[in-house]
Amino acid sequence: MEERVRVSNLNAYFGNTRALKDINIAIKAKIVTAIIGPSGCGKSTFIRCINRLHEVVPNTKVSGEVLLDGEDIYSPDVDPIEIRRKIGMVFQKPNPFPVLSIYDNVAAGLKLNGVKKKDYLDEIVEGSLRRAALWDEVKDKINASGVSLSGGQQQRLCIARCLAVKPEVLLFDEPCASLDPISTSKIEELILELKKYYTIVIVTHNMQQAARVSDHTAFFLLGEMIEFGKTQEIFTAPKDKRTEDYITGRFG
Amino acid sequence: MNTYKRRKIASKLMCAAAFLCAFLTLVPLISIFGYVFAKGIASINPDFFTNLPRPVGEPGGGMSNAIVGTLILIGLSCLWAIPLGIIGGIFLSEFGNNKLGTTVRFTADVLNGVPSIVIGIFAYTLFVLPMKSFSAISGAFALGMIMIPTIMRTTEEMLRMVPRTLREAALALGISQFRTTVSIVLRTALPGILTGILLAIARIAGETAPLLFTAFGNRFWHQSLTQPIAALPLQIFVYAISPFDDWRRQAWAGAFVLIVIIFLISFISRFVIGLHYKSPSSR
Ligand SMILES: Nc1ncnc2c1ncn2[C@@H]1O[C@H](COP(=O)(O)OP(=O)(O)O)[C@@H](O)[C@H]1O
Ligand SMILES: [Mg+2]
Repeated sequence: MEERVRVSNLNAYFGNTRALKDINIAIKAKIVTAIIGPSGCGKSTFIRCINRLHEVVPNTKVSGEVLLDGEDIYSPDVDPIEIRRKIGMVFQKPNPFPVLSIYDNVAAGLKLNGVKKKDYLDEIVEGSLRRAALWDEVKDKINASGVSLSGGQQQRLCIARCLAVKPEVLLFDEPCASLDPISTSKIEELILELKKYYTIVIVTHNMQQAARVSDHTAFFLLGEMIEFGKTQEIFTAPKDKRTEDYITGRFG
Repeated sequence: MNTYKRRKIASKLMCAAAFLCAFLTLVPLISIFGYVFAKGIASINPDFFTNLPRPVGEPGGGMSNAIVGTLILIGLSCLWAIPLGIIGGIFLSEFGNNKLGTTVRFTADVLNGVPSIVIGIFAYTLFVLPMKSFSAISGAFALGMIMIPTIMRTTEEMLRMVPRTLREAALALGISQFRTTVSIVLRTALPGILTGILLAIARIAGETAPLLFTAFGNRFWHQSLTQPIAALPLQIFVYAISPFDDWRRQAWAGAFVLIVIIFLISFISRFVIGLHYKSPSSR
């Protein structure tokens, strides 16, 4: 299997607190990698380092290497904007732009980067919404506000918004944490569909979810990566005592 | 006696008191509107909007030049105070978590508390003395100075209320910081910012003191923006303290028109932004 993202000796700081400690991990192309671990262990921080979003928080710092297809995204001549276009992100709480229509939410990444051609935009918007399994539900109200949708639809809108800029990697930060079970299963189906085209990293609180959707799983604890491997092995035969305690529900 | 009954009675009493207080605050507002309307409406006629002031004793005459003058002064003040205030507000909210930001914030709050007549003197020294003439420009400078702190601070507050996650969503799409701020953050905060601007306009529309030695007033049409210009508050002031009944009637009419102008500006802008928000895609 081809390797897409390689993280070596990654450390992330908030002020002087080290939130990630020497993380090493290799993320393979076109599979789903799940990040699990108790609250506050650095899961969000970790994926926010992969699209260079950690640095937009004041007083933060990153050290170490993150290679995307062999190139260090933190090297000084790399523009973070380019990286963020290649690596999309879906957040914990659905966050469509409230002042934009459904159409403009999806088109935002292109429009605000100067793409004006109407035909092209129409095509991308429809394609992205189809891929996010939302087209049929919104095609008749494409000019309604993005926040008029239900929570689950809003989250799929956010996914479509990401897809529109044609990323290679998709990062999901607990995408179902605020959704009901039906919306959750829709998002899970969608993730399984999307992995045909994209490399996916998903942070989740829910271990069944990790088991259902992921191929690889990494277990984080207190800013360290404790164990990483095939999902099935992590869940059936964890090597580390702490992983075992966590997945059997002894803490977390 | 049981406490439940006592609580119920107390609750009723407090409700009545709260209602009474709310009503009392409305009384002055309504009586001012009613009084100005009643006194002013009698002298409102087409002449009032189309004619220049007439000398004492000649009947008729109007405030056309003062109405236009006030609109020009408001327009000129907005022209420089709105961009400056908004850009200042963006600075404070996005880059202002440092010493410079604290200083600017403090200065703006102090400026907000400076009596408007002092600002008038400042504009007089800066513009009127070197140019050797009262002028519309100096008046608009003084009025703009009064607007800026309000606009800047409301812009800052409104931008701060836009959730972090919205900025992050935009940045994560590979949208530049600049575009994110202008097209997402600023746009989301626009209704609130507009409210701040309207408050600022409402405040300067009635300012008289800073215009006394800047715009100065003019009985005729102004020929250019570097000359004295008429303004409703000045005209109202001169007419209201005059001993002539006719002039005093016109002062009431002027006050009425001034209130209507402020109301219209506020109403129209809200209407425009309301339209804008119902159909978000038709930019
Ligand atoms: N903005 C922040 N400022 C300071 N510390 C933070 C901030 N965000 C997160 N942290 C700290 O970093 C650690 C990791 O947080 P996070 O990555 O959000 O955890 P998780 O997503 O696994 O719940 C936590 O201890 C948290 O307290
Ligand atoms: Mg998190």
